[in-house]
Amino acid sequence: MSEIKKSNIRNFCIVAHIDHGKSTLADRIIEKTGLLTSREMQEQVLDNMELERERGITIKAQTVRTVYQAKNGEEYILNLIDTPGHVDFNYEVSRSLAACDGAILVVDAAQGIEAQTLANVYLALDHDLDVFPVINKIDLPSARPDWVKNEIEDVIGIEAMDAPLISAKNGIGIEEVLEQIVEKIPAPEGDEDAPLQALIFDSLYDSYKGVIIFCRLMNGRVKKGTTIKMMATGATADVVEVGYFGAGQFIPCDELSAGMVGYITASIKNVKDTSVGDTVTDANRPCENPLPGYKKVNSMVFCGVYPADGAKYPDLRDALEKLQLNDASLQFEPETSIALGFGFRCGFLGLLHLEIIQERLEREYNLDLVTTAPGVVYKVHKTNGEVISLTNPSNLPDPSEIEYMEEPVVTAEIMVTTEFIGAIMGLCQERRGRHLGMEYIEETRVLLKYELPLNEIIYDFFDALKSRSRGYASFDYDLKGYEQSQLVKLDILINKEEVDALSFIVHKDSAYERGRKMCEKLKEEIPRHLFEIPIQAAVGGKVIARETVKAMRKDVLAKCYGGDIKRKKKLLEKQKEGKKRMRQVGNVEIPQKAFMSVLKLDDN
Amino acid sequence: MVEPLGLYLHIPFCVQKCGYCDFLSAPASEAIQEQYVQTVIREIEEKKGIYGDWPVDTIFVGGGTPTILEPGQMERIMDSLFRGFSVEPAAEITWEMNPGTVSLEKLQVLKQYGVNRLSIGLQSTHNAELKILGRIHTYEAFLQTWDMVRNQGFSNVNIDLMSGLPLQTLQSYEETIHRICRLSPEHISAYSLIVEEGTPFESLYGEAGNLRYQLPEEEIEREMYDLTGKLLSQAGFHQYEISNYAKLEKECKHNTRYWKRKPYLGMGIGAASFIENTRFSNETDLSSYLENGKQGMFSKQEETKLSVEEEIEETMFLGLRMRDGISIKGFEIKFGYNIMDVYGDVIEKWIERKRLQIDRKSGRISLTESGIGISNQIFVDFLEPGLPDKV
Repeated sequence: MSEIKKSNIRNFCIVAHIDHGKSTLADRIIEKTGLLTSREMQEQVLDNMELERERGITIKAQTVRTVYQAKNGEEYILNLIDTPGHVDFNYEVSRSLAACDGAILVVDAAQGIEAQTLANVYLALDHDLDVFPVINKIDLPSARPDWVKNEIEDVIGIEAMDAPLISAKNGIGIEEVLEQIVEKIPAPEGDEDAPLQALIFDSLYDSYKGVIIFCRLMNGRVKKGTTIKMMATGATADVVEVGYFGAGQFIPCDELSAGMVGYITASIKNVKDTSVGDTVTDANRPCENPLPGYKKVNSMVFCGVYPADGAKYPDLRDALEKLQLNDASLQFEPETSIALGFGFRCGFLGLLHLEIIQERLEREYNLDLVTTAPGVVYKVHKTNGEVISLTNPSNLPDPSEIEYMEEPVVTAEIMVTTEFIGAIMGLCQERRGRHLGMEYIEETRVLLKYELPLNEIIYDFFDALKSRSRGYASFDYDLKGYEQSQLVKLDILINKEEVDALSFIVHKDSAYERGRKMCEKLKEEIPRHLFEIPIQAAVGGKVIARETVKAMRKDVLAKCYGGDIKRKKKLLEKQKEGKKRMRQVGNVEIPQKAFMSVLKLDDN
Repeated sequence: MVEPLGLYLHIPFCVQKCGYCDFLSAPASEAIQEQYVQTVIREIEEKKGIYGDWPVDTIFVGGGTPTILEPGQMERIMDSLFRGFSVEPAAEITWEMNPGTVSLEKLQVLKQYGVNRLSIGLQSTHNAELKILGRIHTYEAFLQTWDMVRNQGFSNVNIDLMSGLPLQTLQSYEETIHRICRLSPEHISAYSLIVEEGTPFESLYGEAGNLRYQLPEEEIEREMYDLTGKLLSQAGFHQYEISNYAKLEKECKHNTRYWKRKPYLGMGIGAASFIENTRFSNETDLSSYLENGKQGMFSKQEETKLSVEEEIEETMFLGLRMRDGISIKGFEIKFGYNIMDVYGDVIEKWIERKRLQIDRKSGRISLTESGIGISNQIFVDFLEPGLPDKV
């Protein structure tokens, strides 16, 4: 392959609010640059995981290199670095941005700027990226491109008057976007002859090649045989292969050099060694300093994950190990529950991450799971000076040993049309929010700023937000830190026995309300037994709410069906099958559904 | 000696399908009904070749509404049954019937052919309740049928009743029982309504039905059940099976076969058979039954030879439906196991909860009064027995 001029490389990403058309635009760019024929185009090439396509969300950053023949006659290498579009993956987003020199901002011509748009644009600007806007979906009847242009200039303060007006879906205006990439996004800088300094923005485990490191070279060169060192983790390895990203495939090349985006393989066995944000250097000629911005990602949300069938415990462990190969942010450790048996306490970046992992375990590994209520990491300051990070409510020390507790707090930005301000402020109030301020983005839209405890938003906050604003509110948050809080452990007793898997930590002012709702929900989910079952919510041994499942009085098949005994037996067998899927707590059989149903205690 | 056989003949026709009914039955044209009669007779002739020599001591013609047929058709069916099988002189021969389809002529045919037991689907004596059920008859129409039946000298008659009906009250149910007892039938089957999947009732009264509130509450329903036992026993009936009550020695011999696992041969669509420890049934699709029947092909569906475990579990969940339950000794003689070695844990568990009882004198295990109501919960525990090594 001929030498690539650094001045003809463009490293960029696309930022947008969810559903504003980021992935579709990416597809069109790949299509127009001629790497693939239309026939080869899978719908949304970048989102190649099945789950991503179904949810319309990009989970893992993916990257593609295309070749573009610009109108000035020159050939350009366009490295499109895809970024995850969800707040759970903020850190990954920030590292992907750090690998770019510029960004395309996609804004929906009908909807204008949303909370996530802002969050992502500010993130891009923070990384000193040159951002140019693109107005998408101009073919919609409700499109208001001029209004959106003004909004972009007013709110974000970037030049928008010559923004391409496009329809990614129908392939309108894509050439214009490509030309502006060449014009407006700067070529990479960096010194090929300096020591190797490459930023890891993603990695992938492949069973043949080991870990595939996705990186942007800031300085230096790397090729087969180079001994590389990951500066934060300290891992070293000999490079087996380098290359760049075709659409959906890896294309090996001889060498990567400063300014280029590509991949490295070095028979590395575990993605833990290749943390996103770490710097790759040459072990024999290391660079002086690692690239800035590396941090270890911590799980924010934890829950217990148990196999529905206890015998599947080893399968669950294998599946988690396999998923972790590709997802260093997934944490897990074994735990046991009296109610649920053997399982794992798993840590996730956020609730979406949790749901994705859960779905992948169920779909790709065919596991039937029971998960406990997700919780955040609390800091428990004990009277003896010790501080513990609490991820499982069951491990809360005795109250007498607790000096005080702290919980994680986020700063949240919620964008909403003015008519729903009251409803949304009410919601934030209920969730113990602290109002920080309100900005009018335009006449009819405001940006509300709140501080909210993380444990108030991981349950159903997003759903509640959507339902109270008829879908108009958008939401973004950032972890702020820990704050002292009056927290208590809420226990659920079924037939007088504490069910550990149902315990959770809650603010003392919400304990009664939550306890009551849980009891009500459990009453619906627990089938009648031959005896009456009290369901109680208790804090520190004191019962604060109670419901009763009445005793079953009738379960009888009366008909005779002309001697069709098989049918009768089938009905009994079905009943027996149902019983098998229950969890035994004391004398009570609790359906697995009951453990999950308490996750959704919706108000409305 | 060959064990006597019971015959079941299914007539899958009715005037109008009831909202709660999930039996194999539907209205059909006269032409189809005639074709069906011909096919059933052909099946009887075919079965005659195999079972013709077996003594037959019960016959049950059920439906549907078997009395929807024309007298001539009824006659041809009875005639071919007698020609085809070795029906014993003392055999119990039952026809099911529904008020509104019965005529003097039909009753005379039945009488003439030795039918000695009738089963009338009354369900309720309140016309509003009958209407909700989708029954075609009124209580008054039933009374006319009843008079005719008695006048024709039928002296062994069952009346079907239902409890737990939409809008039914304890009072209205009690009235129904009183009215029926005054007629003094020999047998009463009292079922509680079960809202079956796929029926119109399911959409109205099922989990998501908006008329569900019209069903009596569970507590009331249990009271209805208790009331049934109390009032019928006062009227001289004894409960011999979960939902069947009879005057002395008027238990239905044919239905008892099902619970005691005695052999029976089913004919007509969907009919189930149990012969020589094998269960099988006829095909359930009317048009293919008629079509295949033309060529004299009557295929066995889902033929299953029972394993010892299956025999044992059936013995339990069928036998326990009878109020006198299961003989401990009989179990051991039949299977070579002591019942406690097979089911000791389960039996003790349910005895402890007072849902099962052992009568030491008679050596029988049976459901208690409170066990009957939740019998399914108990039966489930008897499925899939683990058999110990034989001594």
